[in-house]
Amino acid sequence: MGNMVEIRRLRKVFGSIVAVDSVSFTLSQGEVLGFLGPNGAGKSTTMKMITGFLTPTGGTVKVNGYDIQDQPIEAKRGIGYLPEGAPLYPDMTPQSFLGFVAEMRGFRGEALRQRVADTVKKVNLGSVVHQRIETLSKGFKRRVGLAQAILHDPPVLVLDEPTDGLDPNQKHEVRTLIKAMAQEKAIILSTHILEEVQAVCTRAMIIAKGKVITDGTPAELEARSPSHNAVTVRVKTGTATGVLEILQGLPGVKRVEALEEEEGIQGFRVIPVKGQSILAVISRCSRDRNWEVVELSVDRGQLDEVFRSLTMPDQALT
Amino acid sequence: MGRVGIIFKRELAGYFVTPIAAVFIVIFLLLSGTFTFYLGSFFPRGQADLLPFFNFHPWLYLILIPALAMRLWAEERKEGTIELLFTLPVTLWEAVLGKFLAAWCFTAIALALTFPIWITVNVLGEPDNGVIVASYFGSLLMAGGFLAIGSCISAVTKNQVIAFVLSVVVCLGFVLSGFPMVLDFFSPWAPDFLLQAISSFSFFTHFTAISKGIIDLRDLVYFLSVMAFWLFATTLLLEWKKAE
Ligand SMILES: Nc1ncnc2c1ncn2[C@@H]1O[C@H](COP(=O)(O)OP(=O)(O)OP(=O)(O)O)[C@@H](O)[C@H]1O
Ligand SMILES: [Mg+2]
Repeated sequence: MGNMVEIRRLRKVFGSIVAVDSVSFTLSQGEVLGFLGPNGAGKSTTMKMITGFLTPTGGTVKVNGYDIQDQPIEAKRGIGYLPEGAPLYPDMTPQSFLGFVAEMRGFRGEALRQRVADTVKKVNLGSVVHQRIETLSKGFKRRVGLAQAILHDPPVLVLDEPTDGLDPNQKHEVRTLIKAMAQEKAIILSTHILEEVQAVCTRAMIIAKGKVITDGTPAELEARSPSHNAVTVRVKTGTATGVLEILQGLPGVKRVEALEEEEGIQGFRVIPVKGQSILAVISRCSRDRNWEVVELSVDRGQLDEVFRSLTMPDQALT
Repeated sequence: MGRVGIIFKRELAGYFVTPIAAVFIVIFLLLSGTFTFYLGSFFPRGQADLLPFFNFHPWLYLILIPALAMRLWAEERKEGTIELLFTLPVTLWEAVLGKFLAAWCFTAIALALTFPIWITVNVLGEPDNGVIVASYFGSLLMAGGFLAIGSCISAVTKNQVIAFVLSVVVCLGFVLSGFPMVLDFFSPWAPDFLLQAISSFSFFTHFTAISKGIIDLRDLVYFLSVMAFWLFATTLLLEWKKAE
């Protein structure tokens, strides 16, 4: 499959605020793109333009080959959208609401009933389908929102903070659902939860002040963290002396921090020179010197460190 | 069913799953009864017609229709569901029309429920039922005009109270412009064509004409174009101010 979403120099200006500033990217089937970025970065605004709710100030959006401005109906047919905060008609029941959405999406009769029933099952709404949406808990409301987005099995899904405000179990369920659909769709989601990006996304994009700052796999992003490939070693204090100095002297080591000592075990955090892998060196060294090592682990890098350093470049990392 | 129909159905059902339908219909019947029998001296007049009943409709609608129309778009904005609606494969026109028709149909139901008063005049005397049918028709057309104005004003705000107050004011303008009191104020000095223009813009003038029993094409065209104009304005405003 080619590009399912094609965005060129997308721009949105509200009065004097430039909410989205020349955002371009393409997305193909199987990709799950995570939008990251501080509050007010322009994530939701970008999504509103992709789904055809907002008219861009400039730039183009193509979904499944249809330009959202020139052929809005055709483009919208192929999109499922969960708006921020999952707005729903409070007076309806999930059943009647999903029935309405299904009908608007062109389902009729038996096909419609089947489609609604399947979707209800997929998002586990079973017990509340006849309860007024107004009276549902936040988690269930979010699921109804998700249900209307996936009901027509769209090739492109746009989900604005799909797990916001959910408890850990429900977060897990929603992520599982997204991952299960990822293969045959192109998905864009926004989130403030960095583990979510690691858990479900194949691609992460950090947006700040309306601009794309980085675009890559979560692993690539992690690799930009100063603590990427940092090694944590814990040794029994009785068996080793001068560990800090020795570690400091190893090739590729930039800096060593002593962690707190507890119950006769001393921990060290070894930060490598950027791009170097130092696990093997440390491992060999400790074996040669017969340190009794109780833990030896490598850090993949902290996404939140990367996030902070990229979105607040003025405040240097400590 | 087309998408206008689907939206129409959802909206109309919406009136009946909330207390809106019950409250609106009861108040509508209560007020129209009060106006007719007390203010309109239905019995003392001793005439078998529904003139006192229909005479009060502009005033009745002035309060009740903006109350019905204020939620059309303001609520959709407030709840954020407008984003849901306009990311479905639907055009602005379809949504505006579907919602408007549902509100209009609901008004028609309320109006139809005043039928006991029609039965009453038929029991008491021999009214000209042709005139009555024409008056009902005119009243419905006028309600459509009020609703279209309300729809448009509801589209510019997420605050229903503001939508209500503004609609009442604009509707009042459309009623009063044909009122003898207002025209008397202009008649001593204003040229005839201006008087004509002012009064020809009035719901009151056209409604009164229809409720005499003659459905003139001009009156019909007037109401239909008023509706078309305000609904068109609704779509423009929605397009322009969708995201507030
Ligand atoms: N309708 C609007 N009118 C004026 N300004 C707006 C409007 N919608 C958004 N903005 C502004 O555009 C900028 C981007 O907002 P947006 O909602 O896209 O941010 P976001 O990245 O989704 O933030 P969050 O993480 O808080 O959801 C903000 O400065 C916001 O105030
Ligand atoms: Mg947002």
